This record gives sequence, structure tokens and C-alpha cells, in this order.
Amino acid sequence: MTDATATQTPPRRGGLLELDARTRRRNAAEARFRLYGLIAVGIGMLALVLLLISVLSSGLGAFQQTSLRLDVTLTEKALDKTGSRDPEVMKKVTTITYGKLLEQALAKTIEDKGIVIDGLSKTDIKDMISKDAAARVRDRVLAHPDLIGETVPFTVLANGRIDGYLKGRVTMDSAQRDSNVSPNQLLLADALRADGTLYKAFNWAFITAPDASELRPEAAGLGVAILGSAYMMIVVLCLSLPLGVATSIYLEEFAPKNRITDLIEVNISNLAAVPSIVFGILGLAIFINFAGLPQSAPIVGGLVLTLMTLPTIIISTRAALKAVPPSIRDAALGIGASKMQSIFHHVLPLAMPGILTGTIIGLAQALGETAPLLLIGMVAFVREYPDAPPEGFFDPASALPVQVYNWTQRADPAFVERASGAIIVLLVFLLAMNAVAILLRRRFERRW
Amino acid sequence: MSIGLILLIVLALAVAGYAIGRARSVRTAGGDARKLHSLPGSYGQMAFLFTAVPALLVLMAWLLIQPIVVENRAANLLTPADIPDGSNTSLVMADVRRIADGLDLVMADAGMGEGELAAMRADFSDIRTRLGNVGVAIGANVTPAVFEAAKTYRADSKTGRTAMAALVLLIALGGLGVALTRIRPDFRARNVSESFVVALLIGSSLVAILTTVGIVASLLVESIHFFRLYPAREFFGSLTWNPQFRGNSELGIWPLLWGTLYVSFIALVFAVPVGLLIAIYLSEYASRRMRAVVKPAVEILAGIPTIVYGLFALITVGPFLRDYFAQPMGLGQSSSSVMTAGLVMGIMLIPFVSSLSDDIINAVPQAMRDGSYGLGATQSETVKQVILPAALPGIVGAILLAASRAIGETMIVVMGAGAAAKLSLNPFEAMTTVTVKIVGQLTGDTEFASPETLVAFALGLVLFVFTLGLNVIALVVVRKYREQYE
Repeated sequence: MTDATATQTPPRRGGLLELDARTRRRNAAEARFRLYGLIAVGIGMLALVLLLISVLSSGLGAFQQTSLRLDVTLTEKALDKTGSRDPEVMKKVTTITYGKLLEQALAKTIEDKGIVIDGLSKTDIKDMISKDAAARVRDRVLAHPDLIGETVPFTVLANGRIDGYLKGRVTMDSAQRDSNVSPNQLLLADALRADGTLYKAFNWAFITAPDASELRPEAAGLGVAILGSAYMMIVVLCLSLPLGVATSIYLEEFAPKNRITDLIEVNISNLAAVPSIVFGILGLAIFINFAGLPQSAPIVGGLVLTLMTLPTIIISTRAALKAVPPSIRDAALGIGASKMQSIFHHVLPLAMPGILTGTIIGLAQALGETAPLLLIGMVAFVREYPDAPPEGFFDPASALPVQVYNWTQRADPAFVERASGAIIVLLVFLLAMNAVAILLRRRFERRW
Repeated sequence: MSIGLILLIVLALAVAGYAIGRARSVRTAGGDARKLHSLPGSYGQMAFLFTAVPALLVLMAWLLIQPIVVENRAANLLTPADIPDGSNTSLVMADVRRIADGLDLVMADAGMGEGELAAMRADFSDIRTRLGNVGVAIGANVTPAVFEAAKTYRADSKTGRTAMAALVLLIALGGLGVALTRIRPDFRARNVSESFVVALLIGSSLVAILTTVGIVASLLVESIHFFRLYPAREFFGSLTWNPQFRGNSELGIWPLLWGTLYVSFIALVFAVPVGLLIAIYLSEYASRRMRAVVKPAVEILAGIPTIVYGLFALITVGPFLRDYFAQPMGLGQSSSSVMTAGLVMGIMLIPFVSSLSDDIINAVPQAMRDGSYGLGATQSETVKQVILPAALPGIVGAILLAASRAIGETMIVVMGAGAAAKLSLNPFEAMTTVTVKIVGQLTGDTEFASPETLVAFALGLVLFVFTLGLNVIALVVVRKYREQYE
């Protein structure tokens, strides 16, 4: 007996549950596996956070814009030599003349405020102001010819590089190497900022203004893109909701089980998985080349996105119809309603919250879709706002996601900020749409 | 008459039809609606449908067919001699269309009448300048034949429009008349209008089939055009992709396929383990509270448009990989690379894999888990040896679906992978994919005669066949798996 106890391992600590090596190994494997799972969740969350931070940090700047307050003397000699105030005559004066007036105004401000910077050239002063500013001043003067001869306070955009300096994108170091901006201009910007001539403010123009050319990122806005996207969403909503609901009703309530029905169902599930770019090819070949619809038009984009959204809407509508219990149908039929009446008067209204939720989610997908729109010419540079619908559906327009892509393809780094800002706008729209969908579901969905 | 106006008139007629039909049915029954076969509303509905639907269908068909007919008639006026060297019929016809549209502006500008337009001759007056004055820019000088074609085009379009308006309104009125004359107390209006509605429902469910037909037809037709201009053997056999503006392009698909598969492979290598582990963790380990936070967050990842991922690749991931991996290791200088696109696409696929796997794991019956626990297995052993094998077919299906997504994804690779067609193993080098080249060859001014443009359709066909194949296999696998438990 004593021998046996002597050779034994030390007494068990945990009573019955002594962990032998094998159990410990198994437990370690368990803990490891759990850890892998946690790490995977961590990676997923990290990716989401990084994505959002990256977009927000580079894009929030787009909502602020640097402007200059200038008192511009609109000399009659330069703008309206004849003194007739006839708009037709005044249109002959180009933006170059207006640019000179702005330059003089800024030079005068600098002089008045007593700012002295060694080696500040005339071009330095001129390039403080955006190339877009002269056109805006000209528009205002042409609209109000009576301003001529007076000294009018104007708020004009500063050059994109100066804007970048105030936002930390351009530094003294980078200005040394950049041919588009000189360190002197940055010193001048500091001085002007100190006395309030140069300031940053919320940038409404980013949301309302049309796109601007490569050289003037400071003036580029999302107006046309938002309008184009809105038009497309109208088309998508008006077509895909009735079509999708009609298809779902047929497949769910009427369709006999036969080959054709099977074919339709297989088709729909395949369409849901066809790459979006293929829909773009379809749009280009059928709607533009074959049917002769105009390029870059919201109607074509809307049609293509409709076809893409249909499967989403059909799938969610069918689920919503299926969720309505048969007792509702039976009750309606029992009191003499026809099948059509039971569906349209009873089943459909009860399924409506589910249908609308699916529709909104489908619309949100369509709003963010880019690839097919590239193929149907939405990348074109469009400065004109489209007309009011229905004619506006056929006017060239841009779309939010395409505008993002467009801006990323441009050389000036200021456009990256604009692109990220546009993404923020896009995400805000998506967030709002999804919030509405969730609200609808919470508020109206019934569990039977 | 504009289309909007026609639509409005037809709708107004239909609404009037509803009201008249309803009132008339009650009147034929002598004011007692109980003597009618159907509710008065059904008679109205019937009148509405009879007025609106045929008229609108004809309107749609006309709008589709008219441009083709008009174009053909105008194109017949052009002889081969009218088409300048280096151009083709479709380019000249584009000019014809633009001139025809511009003529209205010219007439308004100069206050001309139809007669003066008919007398206008391209040999006597400078059409191009006059069109330019009203803001219609024409690329080449307007030859008399082209101008005559444009005049015919314009005249035909006008007549067509008028005829269409007349016909559509006639059909609407006819439909209304037919519906109203048929209203009698014993007329089964409900049955008629309901079968009409069923027909409409069937019609709209055919849109899905039409879409597929449209996709296949447009891909096939243009691909056949392409293979007439460029040998299929070269396309599927050549290892170089080198399109040239002036012909003699080498359009081998292999570099593009290689890039596509490489990017998708990296994406899947990243997304499948992460997505699967997230699904397992959420369904087997996570507390209720954690699930409530993580699941919606993963769904947010799924709802983010791909352009956002593209931008993320372009401004964050690409430069990061270049500065911290590619350059120190001497593997490349480019911020757009297979690795960039692959990683970002992997992030995009995480929610896809995880939500599909989540469904599949949850579908494994609880009895199998309980049996495994009863034998003394730990949770991870249960997952690895019971749940995953049971869910394997479904998970394979999910992975195949994710692969088809990855192959068809466009924006991430357009912005993250680069545009250089290369066959290389280095993941930090820029390569290109099928979808990038489809976008590249089809954006901007497209001219549908050169193999360089048409190749995009052949690429699209390959992409379509590839993704369709993967989807079909995935569906078959998933369906087989479902049969086991239901």
C-alpha cells in the first residue's frame, strides 16, 4: 500500500476534475479556436472602422471652403466702355478683365492692411484667387448692370492650393516643390487670415454647385450628380416597384407549377448574381445603340438600375407575401371575394411594409452602383443642370458614385478630398434610406 | 405632340372611361346595382384597362421600332460613295441624326418654313456653319447626300410621330368604345378585368426573361462581330494584351484572366477564413450582446457601395502596402497592385461569406450539436468535426458565390489593381482584370466598328459565362445539401 502511494503523483487539487495533459491540450485548442474567432471578428470590425475613418478624415475637409472677402471696384471704363449698360455689349467683356479687377482689389486690400512680404509678385497675388471667381463676378454684374461704377463687397473662392494650406494639405515644404503655389502666397495667406480677409466657412457650394474643370477643384460641387442620382432613383422606383410587385404576385399567388414558371424563377435568381458591369453592357447595347436613347441620360441609368434592382425587390416581396398567413386569404375568399380581390384588398396591404423595406434596400443598392453607369456614358463632364422631369430624364447628368470615380481620376490632390466628401454625402443618403427601412420594419411589421 | 402629352391624354381618357363605365353599368341596370353581375367598379376598371393598356403597349412598341425604320430609310439614301474613307455607315448616320436634330433649331433661328427647308440644298448654302451658329457642331462638311438623308430622316421622324399620336389615341378611344358598348347587366366584368390583370402580371414577370435574353443577345451579337474582325484563336490563345489605336492590336485574354483570378484568389484567401470564423464565432460562441453589435456592423460592411471600397483601396490601402511592404521588400513601386485590390475585395466579401455561412451553420440541426456534446466533445471539436462537415456543401456553395462576386467586381479593381496587362506572380505589381478592360474599352467615345471596342463584349461574354457557371454549380451544391435536412 505505502509503495503504491509513494509512486503516485501529488494529490489531486481539483478533486475529480484533475486535468491531465490531454484534457489540457484539448482546452488549449478550445481557447485557441475561440481566440481565432475573436480575431476574425476583430479584423472585420477593424476593417469597418478603418474604412470609415479613412473616408471621413480625408473627406470632411470638403465641407469647408476657403474664401476671400474683397471690395471690388467695378470700374465703368473696364466693364462697359459705351456706358449703355446693354447686357449684349457687356457680354463681350471676358473673365480676363474681371480677373484683373479682382487682382487689383486684392492688391489694394494688401496695401491697405499694410501687409509687406518680400518678393511677392503680381502673379502670386492673382493666383490667390480661384480661376472660377472671375466668372462668378461676371455673372453677377451681368445680372445687375447697375452695380457698375460702385465698389461692391464680394466673397470669392480662394485658389485650391491656398484652401489646401488652410486644411493642412499644403505645407511650406510642399509649396517649395510645387510650381502651382509659392511660399510667399502661403505667407500672404497667413497674413490675410489673421485679419479676416481669408476665412474658412461651410461649403454649401459643394452640395449645390455643378462639377468644375480640372484646374479649379475649389469650385467643384455635387449639384448635377445629386440631381442625376435623384432622377435615376425616381425612374427606378416608378418602374421596379410595380414590375417587381406584379412579378412577385404572379409567381407567389397565381403561377402554376410548370416549366415556364421554373424558367422565370431560375432567371430571377441568376439575374441577382450577374455582375453589375454586364448590366452596363446591356444598357449600352440595347438602350443606347439599339433603342437610340441618349448617352449620359438619367433615363438610361434608371432603366439599367431598374433591371438590377428587380431581383432584390422580387425576392423581398415574395418573402413578404409568403409571410401573410393563408387564413387571411381564406377568410376573404370565404366571404365571396375573388382571388384578385383577396390579394389586392387584403394580402398586399398586409405585405406592404415588407415590400417597402425591400424596395428601399434595393434603391439603396442602386444608388451606390457605379460600374454599369460608367459604360452608359455617365462619366462625361456635365456642367449644366438637367431640366425638370420628364424632359430632364433625357438630359445629360452625372451620378453621385460616378462623380466620385471621376474625381479620383484627376491629378490635383484636392479632388481626392472632394471624392471622399462626395462619398460622405452618398453614405449619408444610404444611411438615411436604411434608417427609414429599419423604422418601417420596426413600426409596421406584423408577426403572425 | 410630345410623348408626355400623349400619355396624359391616354390616362385622362382611361380615368374618364372608369367614371363613364361605372355610371353606365348602373344605368343599364336601371339604377339598381344589385342586378349587375359584378360591382359597378369592375365595369369601370374594365373600361380603364381597355382604354389604357393596348394604347400604351402600342406606344411603347412604336417608340422602339420607329427609330430603326427611319434610320434604315435614311441610310438607304446613302450610297457607298457618300461614305468618306476611314469612316463607316454608323458614323455618317450619327451625323445625319445630329443634322436632322439641328435643322429644327436652324429653322427657328432663321424663321424658315417647311417649304424653304425643302428648297435648301447643301451645294448652295453652308449647312455646317449654319448648324454651328445654333450650337450643333458637325465633324465633317455636309455633303448633299448626307443632307438629303438628314432631311428625309427629319421628315420621316415627324410623320412617324404624328402617325403614332393618331394611332395611339385612336386605339385608346377604340378600346374605350369597345368596353363601353359591352357593358350590360349580365356582362361578367369582374372576370374579364381580372383575367386582364393576370395577363398584365404574367407580362411583367416576363421582364426577367427578357432581361436575360437581352443580355445574352447583346453579348453574343457584338461578340460575333468581334470574332469576325479578330480571330477567336488569337483571343483565347495569345498571351499578350496590347490594343493599338491604329489596328494590329494583340488582344489575348490570358493576362486579363490571370489578373482576375489572382485578385479573386487573394480576396478569397482573406475573406473565407475571416468570414467563416466570424460566422462560427457569432453562432456558437458570442453572447447575445456581442451578436447584437457585431452582426449589424458586418451588415453595414455589406451595404457599403463598392466605389467606397475602391476609394479606400486608392487612398489608404494602396499607399500603405506600397510604403510598408512593397518598397522595403523591393517588390514594386506602384500603389495599385493585385494585393491592394485583393485585400480590399476580401474586406468586401467578408459579410457575404459570413452571412451565407451563418445561415448554413444555423441550419445544422441542434440534435447533432447535442449529440456531439453528449459524447464529451468540446465546442471547438463539435464545430470542427460535426458542424463544419455537415455544413460543408453549403459553405462550398457560399465560397463559390463569393468567387463569382469577386470575378465580376469592377470598381475595386478599376481603382485598386491598375491597368497594365501582365502575367506575373508578384502580388505587389499592378495587373489588370477582365472587368477593368471592359470599362477601359467602353468608356468615353465609343465607336462600334473596331475590334478594340468590340473586344469588351467578348470579355463580357467570358465574364458572364464564368460567373453564371459558378452560380449554377453553387446553386446545385446548395440544393443538394438542403435535401439532407428538410
